[in-house]
Amino acid sequence: MKENGKILVCTGTSGISAGAEEVIKSITNELANKNLLDKWQVIKVGDRGLFRDVLIDIITPQGSRFTYEYIKPSDVSKIIEKHIINDVPIDKLLAGKDYNQFFKGQTRIVLSNCGEISPENIDEYIERGGYTSLQKALKSNPAELIDEVQRSGLRGRGGAGFSTGLKWRFCYEAQSDEKYVICNADEGDPGAFMDRSILEGDPHAVLEGMAIAGYAIGSKEGYIYCRAEYPHAIKRLNAAISSARKRGFIGNNIMGSTFSFDITIVKGAGAFVCGEETALISSIEGKRGMPKIRPPYPAQKGLWGKPTLINNVETLANIRHIIKNGANWFASIGTEKSKGTKVFALAGKVKNTGLVEIPMGTTIREIIYGPGGGPARKKISLKAVQMGGPSGGCLPAGLFDTLVDYEAISKTGAIVGSGGMIVMDEKTCMVDIAKFFLQFTVSESCGKCLPCRVGLKRMFEVLIEITEGRGKNEHLSFLIKMGNTIKSASLCGLGNTAPNPVLSTLKYFQDEYLAHILEKRCPAGVCTNLLSFEVLEDKCIKCGKCYKACPSGAVQWKKGYHAKINKDLCIKCKACIGACDYMAIK
Amino acid sequence: MFKDNSQTMKQQDKRLRIVEQTMRKHGSEPHALIETLHAVQESYGFIDQEMMEYVADKLGVPLSKVYGVVTFYHFFTLKPQGEHVCVVCTGTACYIGGAKAIIDEITKSYEIMQGETTKDNKLSLVTARCLGACGIAPAVVYDGEVAGKQNAQAVIQRIGGWLKNES
Ligand SMILES: Cc1cc2nc3c(=O)[nH]c(=O)nc-3n(C[C@H](O)[C@H](O)[C@H](O)COP(=O)(O)O)c2cc1C
Ligand code: FES
Repeated sequence: MKENGKILVCTGTSGISAGAEEVIKSITNELANKNLLDKWQVIKVGDRGLFRDVLIDIITPQGSRFTYEYIKPSDVSKIIEKHIINDVPIDKLLAGKDYNQFFKGQTRIVLSNCGEISPENIDEYIERGGYTSLQKALKSNPAELIDEVQRSGLRGRGGAGFSTGLKWRFCYEAQSDEKYVICNADEGDPGAFMDRSILEGDPHAVLEGMAIAGYAIGSKEGYIYCRAEYPHAIKRLNAAISSARKRGFIGNNIMGSTFSFDITIVKGAGAFVCGEETALISSIEGKRGMPKIRPPYPAQKGLWGKPTLINNVETLANIRHIIKNGANWFASIGTEKSKGTKVFALAGKVKNTGLVEIPMGTTIREIIYGPGGGPARKKISLKAVQMGGPSGGCLPAGLFDTLVDYEAISKTGAIVGSGGMIVMDEKTCMVDIAKFFLQFTVSESCGKCLPCRVGLKRMFEVLIEITEGRGKNEHLSFLIKMGNTIKSASLCGLGNTAPNPVLSTLKYFQDEYLAHILEKRCPAGVCTNLLSFEVLEDKCIKCGKCYKACPSGAVQWKKGYHAKINKDLCIKCKACIGACDYMAIK
Repeated sequence: MFKDNSQTMKQQDKRLRIVEQTMRKHGSEPHALIETLHAVQESYGFIDQEMMEYVADKLGVPLSKVYGVVTFYHFFTLKPQGEHVCVVCTGTACYIGGAKAIIDEITKSYEIMQGETTKDNKLSLVTARCLGACGIAPAVVYDGEVAGKQNAQAVIQRIGGWLKNES
């Protein structure tokens, strides 16, 4: 045996919460007991974006790879004994069909290193081609570089989808002695975590993208504005910055050139609006994160009044691949106007949830039924997917053949957004979801402009009325009118987009709103005030699942009979509704 | 546990030194305000008026502005947190997965709303927006430890365990 074997352990958020550290401890102990520590290397890798408790990969010295899922410390000795020593994989613990299906439909470019390398070891990044793009960039002139990025067709992944090359060009052309590069790592959509996984799993890719951007526009100073809720990502970034500085990839005279560029991390403090670029700049300057009217755009007048380039984490992580493989390669992936791949945080009522990276031009259906594996519960059909979080909208099941493409998705009323993709089934109430997002934007509105501050609040109040059974006919026209006014009259992107979740559910699911208002009924069984807790005998299949789920003994059931609910004992916890596969309780 | 007075004084000194260091690192410029407040919150657990006055004075920022910044950002708190902190994720995936029922149950059982602490200072209820653990929704953080696939009963049991051990 010449080469060493490797054991990779996934240490993302879910891995750690499932006990990855203990698994690592028992692996090291076992290896030590068997005197194998010099032959096998244990590597902590980042999140690969699939929740399987503790995932480990065994890469044999010959290079074959075996993935084990749901590993507990007690499994470790068996794996070492049978697989590592006797070379017999343990089939029962190997990752199964779902795991393979999840990765089969994906094209991993931005996420190619996540879950494969140790984010704390710069050598592993370099081994996989890291910092060669920066080296290549430093040999070409900035104008060529910007051309290349523009020709690739890369568009901002932070939400708006603006051409990255064009933005770089504006910053390049702006005349100033000082310019800044800012990486927007505020990741505000409350259901998205791809930026976090990139920062935690492959931090150098972001640093490399920033340095290339700095060289292209003529900036010496970069900032990463990272949310304080991501302490792990901040730690990894700090470590990455200092190791990159030591190797001369950032700092003075990078790789012996005349170009100098350094990066500072700034911690956010928990405000959604700070993801908006002008608010973000105010926040770095130490002020309340209030947006400003644009123009002037940050490219002309940004941080400390100087030209500033703001790009999202995923946008920057794409740069090194474009420089390395060329604009034509990147432009060959995707649709006419949307190029490359996009990472989505797939969650909600699908079988496999996690980070999915697919080429632009894939259909929503391919994502949900490919990597997603279809509905989480076979008998409950899917109703819609919500994209773009609080600024986005939903796309009903009838439109699942829509392509992932900025323009095609926008046409439906949803947006590609930053990549949150929440799948909803018959048990999700669309009025409740609209209310959820409005509650979010109401509490996140910075309060500077009236339409957003007051208008959203009024819409929210109306949604409370509707979901609590006091809805009136005229509420619907009010919501539409108010929503459109807020969209056109607000100062920043928060208000301009906040009514979308309401407007798009109204467009596709008006019948649900009407059921709440006219019949005082919540078809999905979510709005407690509108539930009568009665069993619908024509739908009930007498399975007894509700009986087993009820914590208060209110459900009466005997094999072969319909269930019945005793209202005196019912505590309205909805456990029965959750357990029913046939929507038989209203 | 009783600490003698000199020890608390010394500890306080150390905490203050961290804050001072942060300000110095940024040249005690007004733009260091948020970083400084992070340092205060990290070392003291919250930001009270005395600290706000101190920071305002050192950085040359009006107290009103310091207060404005502290209250603008969710991350900063004006009141100390309880001995135990239960963070319920209310991001989209967790909300759909039933986070609201969890919060309602805690609110009912311990008579605290989101962001509040029980009168005996034992328990604080905090909400977060997506912990990046959507695949194991609904997620709850118990004193810094993330747990997935939670429900109201499990949460009440876990909190009950905390409170019982100490009374
Ligand atoms: C309310 C609001 C929140 C935003 N939040 C984020 C965010 O969390 N992350 C992000 O990258 N962009 C966010 N944006 C978009 C930024 O303003 C900006 O367009 C983006 O960072 C530009 O980078 P890109 O061109 O690479 O996408 C937000 C915009 C608005 C209006
Ligand atoms: S929504 Fe709770 S972890 Fe993402």
